[in-house]
Amino acid sequence: MVGGALVLAGCKLPTFGEYSGSTTQGRSEFHLWQLFFIAGLVVGGFVLLLILWAIFKYRRKSEDMPKQTQYHTTVEILYTVVPILIVIGLFVFTVLAENKVDATPAHPGATITVNAFQWGWEFEYPGGPGSGCANPASSSANQNDCVKVIGQTTQDPTMVIPTGTNVQINLKSLDVLHGFYVPAFNFSRYASPGYTTTFDFNALHTGDFRGQCTQLCGLYHSLMFFNVRAVTQAQYASWLHAQQAALSANPSSVPKLPSGVSNGTASTSSPSNNLGGDLYGD
Amino acid sequence: MTDVADVSDVLAPPVPGTGVEEAPDLHLPAPGGHGPEDGHVAGHGHEDHGPTGILKWLTSTDHKVIGLSYMITSLVMFYFAGIMALFIRLQLTSPHSSLLTFGQYNELFTMHGSLMLYLFAGPFAFGGLANYVVPLQIGAPDMAFPRLNALSYWLYLTGSITMMLGFLVAGGAASFGWVAYAPLSNATSSPGIGGDVWIMALVLTGFSAIFTGVNLVATIFYLRAPGMTMFRMPVFTWNMLVTGILILIAFPVLTSGLVMLFCDRHFGTHIFTVTGCHLVNGAVTNTCGSPLLWQNLFWFFGHPEVYILALPFFGIVTEILPVFSRKPVFGYKGMVFATMAIAALSTGVWAHHMFTTGAVLLPFFSFLSLLIAVPTGIKFFNWIGTMWHGQLIFNTPMLFCIGFLLAFLMGGVTGIMLASPPIDFATHDTYFVVAHFHQVLFGTAVFAGFAGLYYWYPKMFGRMLDDKLGKWHFWLMFIGFWLTFMPQYVVGLLGMPRRVASYPSNLGWQSYNVLSTIGAFIIAFSFAILLWNLWKSWRKPVPAGDNPWDAHTLEWFTTSPPPHHNYTHLPPIRSERPTWDYNHPDAVAVPHGIAAETASRARKKEPVA
Repeated sequence: MVGGALVLAGCKLPTFGEYSGSTTQGRSEFHLWQLFFIAGLVVGGFVLLLILWAIFKYRRKSEDMPKQTQYHTTVEILYTVVPILIVIGLFVFTVLAENKVDATPAHPGATITVNAFQWGWEFEYPGGPGSGCANPASSSANQNDCVKVIGQTTQDPTMVIPTGTNVQINLKSLDVLHGFYVPAFNFSRYASPGYTTTFDFNALHTGDFRGQCTQLCGLYHSLMFFNVRAVTQAQYASWLHAQQAALSANPSSVPKLPSGVSNGTASTSSPSNNLGGDLYGD
Repeated sequence: MTDVADVSDVLAPPVPGTGVEEAPDLHLPAPGGHGPEDGHVAGHGHEDHGPTGILKWLTSTDHKVIGLSYMITSLVMFYFAGIMALFIRLQLTSPHSSLLTFGQYNELFTMHGSLMLYLFAGPFAFGGLANYVVPLQIGAPDMAFPRLNALSYWLYLTGSITMMLGFLVAGGAASFGWVAYAPLSNATSSPGIGGDVWIMALVLTGFSAIFTGVNLVATIFYLRAPGMTMFRMPVFTWNMLVTGILILIAFPVLTSGLVMLFCDRHFGTHIFTVTGCHLVNGAVTNTCGSPLLWQNLFWFFGHPEVYILALPFFGIVTEILPVFSRKPVFGYKGMVFATMAIAALSTGVWAHHMFTTGAVLLPFFSFLSLLIAVPTGIKFFNWIGTMWHGQLIFNTPMLFCIGFLLAFLMGGVTGIMLASPPIDFATHDTYFVVAHFHQVLFGTAVFAGFAGLYYWYPKMFGRMLDDKLGKWHFWLMFIGFWLTFMPQYVVGLLGMPRRVASYPSNLGWQSYNVLSTIGAFIIAFSFAILLWNLWKSWRKPVPAGDNPWDAHTLEWFTTSPPPHHNYTHLPPIRSERPTWDYNHPDAVAVPHGIAAETASRARKKEPVA
C-alpha cells in the first residue's frame, strides 16, 4: 500500500540521482528505483542508527561485567520475519515493473535491427513497418529499401526512433559481447553473438540521447559511442521515406539524419580529439 | 613427535555423544589463573626439531607456518593490486589521459581484479587466517592433511607468480577482464600468451583452493578437541567450514571451465564460440558452442565465490565484536543457520550477473538474490545485538569491525537494488556496480580482513601492533574509502560505464573521478602506515602475552606464538567460549531458553551484585 502510493507519487519525489526515464519503460524503472531508494534509506537508516546507538551508548565506562545475554527469541523471530516481508514486497514491485520494461507487444510502430561490432554500431531500418532488412543470403528485391546507418568509434552513429509508439529493437552482435546502453532510457542489454535479443522503447518525447557500449569488448571499448534521436512519427516516416528514395536512386548514398530536433542536449562530444598518437599505437 | 602424553589425550578424537563430564583429564592448571603462562612450554621440552630459518619456511607442514606464508604472499599481492588501482585512478583523473594506452589500461584493471579476488581476498582468508586459526580454535594439533596443506600453498605461490609473469610475455598480460567473458577471451579476440598464462595461473590456484577446502572440512569434522561439539565451535570456524564446502562446490566448476576455455583457444574446440557453427539455410545447427555457457559456468563459480570471500570475514567480525564488547555472540545458533542459508542461496543466484543478457529467468534469480538479504540482515542484527548493553572498547581491531559494518551496510543496500532486474538494466556495467562491489569487497576483505590481522597478530608473533598507528591506519582508510566509492555511485547513475580508459569531457564526470582518485591515494597512504606499524613491531617488540584482549576462544589459551603442536593442555570446553569461561567462571552466558524478559524480571526481583 505504502509502496503503491509512493509509486503513484513518484513523479514528485526526488530523482535520487537517476534519470527520470525518457521512455515509458525507463519511467517504470525510475519509479521502481525511487521505491527501492526510499526502502533502502528507511531500512539502512534504521540499521545505521542502531549501530551508532550501540557504539556511543555502550562505550566502556566501567569495569562492570555486562549481562551475558545470548538469546532473545522474540527479537530473533522479529528480525527474521520482518525482512522476509520486506523482501516479498520489493519482489512484487520488481515483477510489476519488470513486466512493463520487458514487454514486447506485437505490431510495433517501428522495428530497428542493431548490430554491434568491434568497435561501432550499425542500425538497420525496415522497408515497411514490422519487417527487417532482408537476409543478405536471400534474393534482394527490397534490398534497396533497407536503410543502414553504420558508424565506427570516431563517428558516433545515430539511431533514429519515432516517439509515442513502440519501437522494437532486435539486438545482435557480429563478434564479441557488447552492451547497448542508453543512460537516459535507464536501460541496457547485452548484444551477444549467436542469438538476437528483442526489447521495446516507447519514447515519451523528442530529443537526442547519448548511448555507449558498457560491456568490455576489447581495445577501443572506451570509444564505442552512439546517439539516439527521437523524432515525431511524421518526421520519422518522411525521413525514412526520403532515405529509401535516395537509396533507390543511388545505392551508395549515405543516409542523412533528420533535422528539426534541437541538437546538443545530450549528444556526446566526439572523442576524435582522443585518437591521435599513442592511443592507437598500442 | 616430541609431544608428551597429555597432548595425546587432547588428540583423541571426540566421541559422539560424549558430554563434557566424560571428557578426559586435560591436566588443567589451577583455576583462577589467567591462562597457562607459567612456563609449561619449557617444561615439556617443546623445541621444534625441524629445520630453522629459510629451510623451515620451505619445508614445513605446520599449519601455522603455511598460514603465515599464505598471509604474507597474499598481502604482497594486495599491495601489487593496490598499486595497479592507483594507476587506474590516475588515468581516470582527466577525461583523455595519456598516462596509459587503452591496451595497458585493459591489462591493469584485468590484473587488479584478478589479483584482488583470486590471489588476495580468498587466499588471505581461507589459506592464511583460517589455516592459522581454525586448528587452534578447535584444539587440533594441525590440519588434517599437513602435506596436502603445503601442496596447496606451493600451488598458490606458483599460480601467483605465473599470473604476475603475464606482464612479461609478448603482447602483455590478460586484458579481457577478471571474468574473461567469451568470446572476447578466445584466441581470435585475445591472441596473446597473456591470456594463456592467466588461465594457467587460475588452474593452479584453483586446485590450491580445492585442496584447502578439503583440508578445512576434514579438519573441522575430525580433529575437534574433546568437548568441542559442533555447536561449541566459534563462529569463525563455523564460517570456515561452510566456506570449505562452498569451495568444493564452486572451484571445480571454474577450474574445468578454464580448461575448456584453454581447449577453445588452442585445440580447436568451439565450446564457448559461435564461429564453429555451420549455418544451414540461415539456421544454426546443433554443432554450435555458446558464449553464454561461459557466463553460466563462470558465475556458477563466481557467485558462491563472492560468499567464499565474504563468509570468512563475517567470521572474523563475529570473533572480534564479542571480545571488545565483553559479551557472547548474540543469537549464536541463528548466526550459524544464517551462514548456512547464505551458502545455500548463493548457489542459486548466479544469473543475477546475467540479467541484461535477455536470456535468463528474471523472477527466479531476482527473488533468490533478494532473499539473501534476510540471512545477511540476521547477521547484522546479531552483530548489533552483541554490542547492545555491552562494554565496548575501541582498540584497532574493533574500529576496523565498525568500519566493516558501515561499509557493508552501504554495499548491502545497493546490492538489494541491483538484485531487482529493472534497476540492474539501468545500472549494469556502470560505476554504480563498481561502487557497490567495491564497498562489499573492501568492507569484507579489507576492513574485516585487517581487523583480523590486528586481532590475531599478537597470537601469531607474541608482540603487539601499535594501537595509535593502527587507529591512524583506520581513520585514514575510513575517510579514503568513502571518498573513493561514494562519487562512483553518482557518476555511475549519470551513465559512466566501467572499464573505460577515457570518457567524454562535457558530461560533468571529471569532478567525481578526481574525488575518487584523491580517496584512493588516502587509502594508499593508510597502508603505508600499516607497513610502518609492522616494521615498528619488528624492531621494538612489545610483548603481547597469551591473551591480550581478554578473548573468548580456545586459541587465546595457548602461548603466543603457539608451540609446535599448539597445545600442551586445554581448558574444559563447555561452551563456545572456553577461554572466557576459564578466566571468568562467574560470567557464563545466560543459557539458551531463558528469554531475556524473564531473566530481567528475575533480576529485578533478585538483584545480582
